[in-house]
Amino acid sequence: MAERTPSARRGSTLRMVATLYGSRIRSQASFRTSFLMDLLGQVLIVGTEFLELWVILSQVDVLGGMTLPQVAVVYGLGALAFGIADMLFGEIDGLSTAIRSGTLETLMIRPVPMLLQISSLDLSLRRLGRIAVGIAMTATALAIAGFSPTPQTLALLVIAPLAGAAIMGALFTMAGAMQFWLVDGREFANAFTYGGNYVATNPGAVFPLPLRAFFTFVIPTTLVAYTPTLALLDLPGPSLLPQWTGWLGLPVAVLTWILAALLWRAGVRRYTGAGG
Amino acid sequence: MLAFWRIIAASFRQYSTYRVATVAGVFTNSVFGLIRASILLAAVSTAGGELRGYDALQAATYVWLGQALLAPVEAFGTREVAERVHQGDVAIDLLRPLGFLRLQYAQKLGRSAFLLLARGIPPMLVGAALTGISLPTDPVAWLLGLLAILLAVTVAFLADMLVNLAAFWIVQTRGLTVVYTAVMNLLSGFLIPIAWFPDRLIALTRATPFPAMVQTPIDVLSARVSTAEALPEIGVQALWAGILALAAWAVLQRGIRSLEVQGG
Repeated sequence: MAERTPSARRGSTLRMVATLYGSRIRSQASFRTSFLMDLLGQVLIVGTEFLELWVILSQVDVLGGMTLPQVAVVYGLGALAFGIADMLFGEIDGLSTAIRSGTLETLMIRPVPMLLQISSLDLSLRRLGRIAVGIAMTATALAIAGFSPTPQTLALLVIAPLAGAAIMGALFTMAGAMQFWLVDGREFANAFTYGGNYVATNPGAVFPLPLRAFFTFVIPTTLVAYTPTLALLDLPGPSLLPQWTGWLGLPVAVLTWILAALLWRAGVRRYTGAGG
Repeated sequence: MLAFWRIIAASFRQYSTYRVATVAGVFTNSVFGLIRASILLAAVSTAGGELRGYDALQAATYVWLGQALLAPVEAFGTREVAERVHQGDVAIDLLRPLGFLRLQYAQKLGRSAFLLLARGIPPMLVGAALTGISLPTDPVAWLLGLLAILLAVTVAFLADMLVNLAAFWIVQTRGLTVVYTAVMNLLSGFLIPIAWFPDRLIALTRATPFPAMVQTPIDVLSARVSTAEALPEIGVQALWAGILALAAWAVLQRGIRSLEVQGG
């Protein structure tokens, strides 16, 4: 058989990605009522989560140096980034079930990268609810908080949620990869994924220095929404997180994905199967 | 009655075998406690050291007691009964000699007892070391606190059961569980103290069974309410437990009548 050119192979991979995700989208959209209920549920949850910050800010004027509209920008950007990552990679923590029952083998024998299969199989479109709230909240809060657009800040406004989603997605992937070692310890990973999201949607200045350092250098979630907001609204940052760190999202996303890919590969290699 | 106690003991033992999961849970619980404590302590310090009756130490105590109750109360909801109804396994449960709700309650008590000891106490020690906590010294307060926890677990169990039993009529209950959990987390006073809510929301919240699930045991155990004040609070818990037990029983009876299990 003739050797295929790299570009032809890339073309077929893209087609495969489109087929895989397309089939999931069509299947989930076919149950309209259930889909709408799920979507609404997601919107309600994000609203309730934000109520926590809103209640605190109804008692005090500033939290971590930020007013309510400014905190809402952080929350909106964080919800948007987490929503995208959760839609694509959120179900990866169900991997321990697949490992324990041995159903992972069926994914391994298919000629498609396993991560792509898991991501497309468990694609959860209901997370679009969270994404929509994130977009609406960011836009509204930015307007109230007095955002003055410049070419730089507009570029950051596009880059930040995507880089944030990439960082959160890498964290989900690492959490999934860890389950090859800690089959029963899936909750352990929640501290970094959901805990990371919790940190990302709050003003980073509220955290004491050691915690702030941990969630910047080890689990880089203060860079998902908080520092981009500082840069967008031209606010001074606390110690360790000066305003320019708002631009670090993209390089950090690349770095975390390299680590996530290495960890994932090591995990898959370690997997020995559970059944026959 | 003997069967009831044996199921409690068996359920306790069952959960005590998941050692790695327990350690992972303690770790995650502690990290979340630190994050939550940071946010609340920042709010208290911005307010000038005291916010609606909470100073820094009391706010920290509130957070760590909440983290300790999270697992036994199962604040993130359960799906097991809904799935058993969905798959038809519930038919077997209904044939057992112990009543369905009593069986579930016994399992829940055993599970919660283990979760309180294994997942509740270690994060409190972490909290005591990192932020400091203040607990009552009066043995009567401890006794009332334990009673409040038992009732909190009971009220949370019954409300969760009502959500699960909806599976008799609704095919997919995931959305319902998710929405219920979000509302419960906020109104139970798990995320932020109810006293910090705007006044109208406080009134609304007090009319629901949610504060009985988390805020009441925290108030009793952190000595925010005196012994004399604790008794009526515990009475309210008992009242909700009674109302919800009746509701769960009535819903179950109706559900059984509409249940249709196929197979042979």
